[in-house]
Amino acid sequence: MRLPLEWLYRYCRPDLDTDALARRLALTGTGVERVEHHGPRELHRFVIGKVLEAGRHPRADRLCVCRVDIGDREPVQIVCGAPNVRAGQTVAVAQPGAVMPDGTPLSIANLRGVDSHGMILAEDELALGPDHEGIVVLDSRDLRGTGLPQARDGLVPGTPLSEVIPLATDVLELEITPNRPDCLGIYGVAREVHAATGAALQPPPWNDDPGTPGDVEGAGVAVDAPPELCPRFTARVFDDVHIGPSPPWLKARLMAAGQRPISNVVDITNYVMLEAGQPLHAFDLDRVAGHSLVVRQARRGETMRTLDGQLRELDEQMVLIADDEGPTSIAGVMGGERSEVSDATTRVLLEVATWNGPNIHRTSLKLGLRSEASTRYEKQLQPEQAMEAQAEATRLMVELCGARLAPGTIDIGGPGRTPRSILLRDERVAGLLGAPIPRARCQEILEALQFAARDTEDGLTATPPPFRRADVTREADVIEEVARIDGFDRLPATLPSRHGASGRLTDRQRLRRRAVGALVAQGLDEAVGWSFASPELARRLHLPEHLALELLNPMSSSEAELRTTLLGSLLDVVARNRNQGARAVRVFEVGNVYLPSAERLPREPERLAALVSGPVRPATWREQAPREADFFAAKGVLAALLGALRVPCRVERREWPFLHPGRAAAVTFGGQEAGWLGEIHPLVLGEWDLDGSVAGFEVDLDPIFAAATGAPSYVDLTTFPAVREDLAVVVPEGVPAQRVQETMLAVGAPLLAAAELFDTYRDAEQIGSDRVSLAFHLEFRAPDRTLTDEEVAAKRVAIGQALRERLGGRVREGT
Amino acid sequence: MSALDRVTNLRKEAQDAVGRADATTELDQLRVRYLGRKAELPNLLRRVVELPPEERAAVGKAANEARQAIAAQIEERAAGLAGKELQARLARDRVDVTLPPDPPPAIGHHHLISQTRREIEDVFVGLGFMVHEGPEVETAYYNFDALNIPVTHPSRLETDTFYVKPAEDIFDPNTVLLRVHTSPMQIRVMEQTPPPIYVIVPGRVYRPDLDATHTPQFHQVEGLAVDTDVTLADLKGTLLRFARAVFGEQREVRLRPSFFPFTEPSVEVDVSCFHCVDGVTASGERCSLCKGTSWLEILGAGMVDPNVFEYVREHGYDPERVQGFAFGMGIERIAMLKYGVPDLRLLYDNDVRFLEQF
Repeated sequence: MRLPLEWLYRYCRPDLDTDALARRLALTGTGVERVEHHGPRELHRFVIGKVLEAGRHPRADRLCVCRVDIGDREPVQIVCGAPNVRAGQTVAVAQPGAVMPDGTPLSIANLRGVDSHGMILAEDELALGPDHEGIVVLDSRDLRGTGLPQARDGLVPGTPLSEVIPLATDVLELEITPNRPDCLGIYGVAREVHAATGAALQPPPWNDDPGTPGDVEGAGVAVDAPPELCPRFTARVFDDVHIGPSPPWLKARLMAAGQRPISNVVDITNYVMLEAGQPLHAFDLDRVAGHSLVVRQARRGETMRTLDGQLRELDEQMVLIADDEGPTSIAGVMGGERSEVSDATTRVLLEVATWNGPNIHRTSLKLGLRSEASTRYEKQLQPEQAMEAQAEATRLMVELCGARLAPGTIDIGGPGRTPRSILLRDERVAGLLGAPIPRARCQEILEALQFAARDTEDGLTATPPPFRRADVTREADVIEEVARIDGFDRLPATLPSRHGASGRLTDRQRLRRRAVGALVAQGLDEAVGWSFASPELARRLHLPEHLALELLNPMSSSEAELRTTLLGSLLDVVARNRNQGARAVRVFEVGNVYLPSAERLPREPERLAALVSGPVRPATWREQAPREADFFAAKGVLAALLGALRVPCRVERREWPFLHPGRAAAVTFGGQEAGWLGEIHPLVLGEWDLDGSVAGFEVDLDPIFAAATGAPSYVDLTTFPAVREDLAVVVPEGVPAQRVQETMLAVGAPLLAAAELFDTYRDAEQIGSDRVSLAFHLEFRAPDRTLTDEEVAAKRVAIGQALRERLGGRVREGT
Repeated sequence: MSALDRVTNLRKEAQDAVGRADATTELDQLRVRYLGRKAELPNLLRRVVELPPEERAAVGKAANEARQAIAAQIEERAAGLAGKELQARLARDRVDVTLPPDPPPAIGHHHLISQTRREIEDVFVGLGFMVHEGPEVETAYYNFDALNIPVTHPSRLETDTFYVKPAEDIFDPNTVLLRVHTSPMQIRVMEQTPPPIYVIVPGRVYRPDLDATHTPQFHQVEGLAVDTDVTLADLKGTLLRFARAVFGEQREVRLRPSFFPFTEPSVEVDVSCFHCVDGVTASGERCSLCKGTSWLEILGAGMVDPNVFEYVREHGYDPERVQGFAFGMGIERIAMLKYGVPDLRLLYDNDVRFLEQF
């Protein structure tokens, strides 16, 4: 909300400059987003002038050369191009040195050979409105209602213009929190400023109500909606209304508050809304069919044309105001075209009502229609505010529109119930805040906030004012009120006693850190990808089918689903970096995927995926072409990960739609599949415009972390030496090396501690076709003795025999 | 020729050859030829017993002396040659020391978001907090209702919250959505654990927004401390410790009143700017980080609203008996402030030239 300080100062003027006031407001709960200046600068150069003569310009038909009295000894000569300038007019003059609202400085000008010592101003040049058709002609009647103290002296030439028109002001752009609809008006903020600064608060503008209670002749209102949907409906009738422009002071305030002036009646409804925070609506009573209104819920499918010219379809939960011919207004949201005030209007019915916040919110949401009124109403205004606005508007209607107030006031619903008193215990104040606020100080603050505060045995009884009825209902709410005004800077900075609670990471969190650390140590960069995925991703990955969660309102069609694999976003990362010229890209991500389930919420397994591509080391002058990362490079990264977690795993040949069919595997733990390992299929790489080899893996972390719990037990590897020897075996092509190794370890147990493959060899002549020789380093050891040659030889024989019987292999001669 | 003469000849021949040798490899060959197992001189020595008794002593002595002399000469010569050869090799091995080195084994980099997350986690673990995690896809109940967020709150609109299909009625508590904050975990943690609790909850959250300071996916850390006597002053002290740990020992924090449906009182927390003094940088310019205000907004917080406890009262959270504070901060915001990252989107580009800076 825009807060013109000039307007605020009518009601509360703290002894603070603009920045200091903004700071104080921010520290007491009224956020300030921006500080701006509205209107011209160098205000002393703007004065009231009287046009003494307006003669023709010798060389320009459209220009007049005026002599203008601006209070100096001699009149000044001003060239004016406005068609409406006449001798005898009282006008607004900017003298050289003035700075116009758009920031342009004014100097002596020469217009076709005639000097102009200033400018007679049009509306836009005074920031009073958009009009540039003619100059503003001032009238002493326009001073009514300004509220500016100097204005009573009238329009004397030479008087600074700012004494009769609020020409310029600093404006605070406020951020009013949704719990404070009472601050959506200037007077409401003035109350806050009063409480926050101690500056005196002037009485509200609605204190003197010219109106009278009782029935209104010639107009009727019925409320046929449940009272909770329309807690209060007030209306007054004005006759002899003269529609015309608003006086400059009112226009100036509206403009400073960001509202464009339209005509006096509409401007009054806007002005009062901005000041009191309560929307109002003016009906042309002669266009209200039957001169009576009824508030009711809409019928399904009922339509009406709103002020913006749109035909709106309503539903039964929406509340409308209808006359004998049907809907004329959507309650709290927008008026209708049919009964709108126009230039011909002479009788006005002024409606000020209280509506149900959530209901208005729903209606405005459903219709896609947000207005100044609906944004206030949806935060729940209080019934008292309706009558306040009615009173203020009445005074202005009479003052500014020459209107005659018809006797009586329609008031259905009346004020709200007296707000509930709340006990504010001294002990709770100190207990919740961590430091006491003296009871007398609490009372002072509450009274400044217009609460009633009465001493009781162990604290205060606080009764909020009606406009805080909905916001302050509990002790904690009252504590917040006293604490924020007292100042949070007074609170000490302590630590909780904690009562023995202690902090640590869970096993899972520590394992995750270890896993990430292992990959970083392998030279992989961690990426953070989007959880969003394109519905196209499954096709690009050659996945035959996929089930993904779909968003109702995605940012774009390429982000319409939630990912079911980390591979897509990691391929994006590889492609992006390759496009940026990176040769080697080694990346991983730890994150959730989102899998639809039979439960209400999906499963969110945590995955870890890595991709490696490009040279395994940077090329150097010593090594021009290092190996390109491939299946075994990725397998090495996986091994480093699992090694760091001390998790035993197997890989088994398995095909995946998105992997190179000959270089693809499943990663398994204890027979359970936990993910894939392989080189990405060239056709899939093509989808990302990638070539060469990109290899990687993606594993579920749940089974891995489950297998990783527990600390390793000590094994004595130093007291007795190991026996190391090499063994080459020839097995039929197709026997996985892993099976040979596992067979060796099984048969060699418990003495065979390790069997590590270090060479593979194929030679049809030497070892036969369709056979492969696999050479292993073997390490035998026993924890309690040095092994003898005989013990080792026996194991070697047993291994040879097992390989022969189980795998059709044999031990190669000479090893 | 007598045996003695033969010894004399051999000694001379060997000593001449050793004297002529100019490589240690040649000396190795000479050692084998004259002193090896099959060489003549050691043979002679072994067979000295076969000589007539009167020759034995003289020949034996001469042969022994010859063998020792040859061996000594080889050693001496070898020592000299080895030194020369080493000199020659070292000269050959000379390199241009200014050539680039072998690249060290590349070490990867933690993403700035996870580095910052760890940093935050570690500070709060040190302050006695446990770290919890929870679902990113949530129900409206946990994301809104149980946090006292009314159905009229604008954050429920489709402009502010991602909903998961079918989402027939976005105001239905069972509607599935992407959590807009980590706060739903306040409720889940309290449902699972009786007081006292001191937890933080890092995690991904989602809001439909994209510009230099907003991405539709980002990360938050929620904090929740509930006990019989946790106060607003404790919140201030806890966050002061946090601010100093992350932004430097000189930092101060400031609480500004604010409004959140799930805390009362509610505050925005500012940390004093670490880039300037009173809004002016060392070079005399208006500080661009804090916009000259000398304060940086880092998070929202407050005392847990009694209405929130009502949702978990049956789990031991009677609002008359327990109280606590809660806070929520953006990990990206902390990272951007601390490391001077100007655009949030950089964090999600995953460009290695960015990743490898941190």
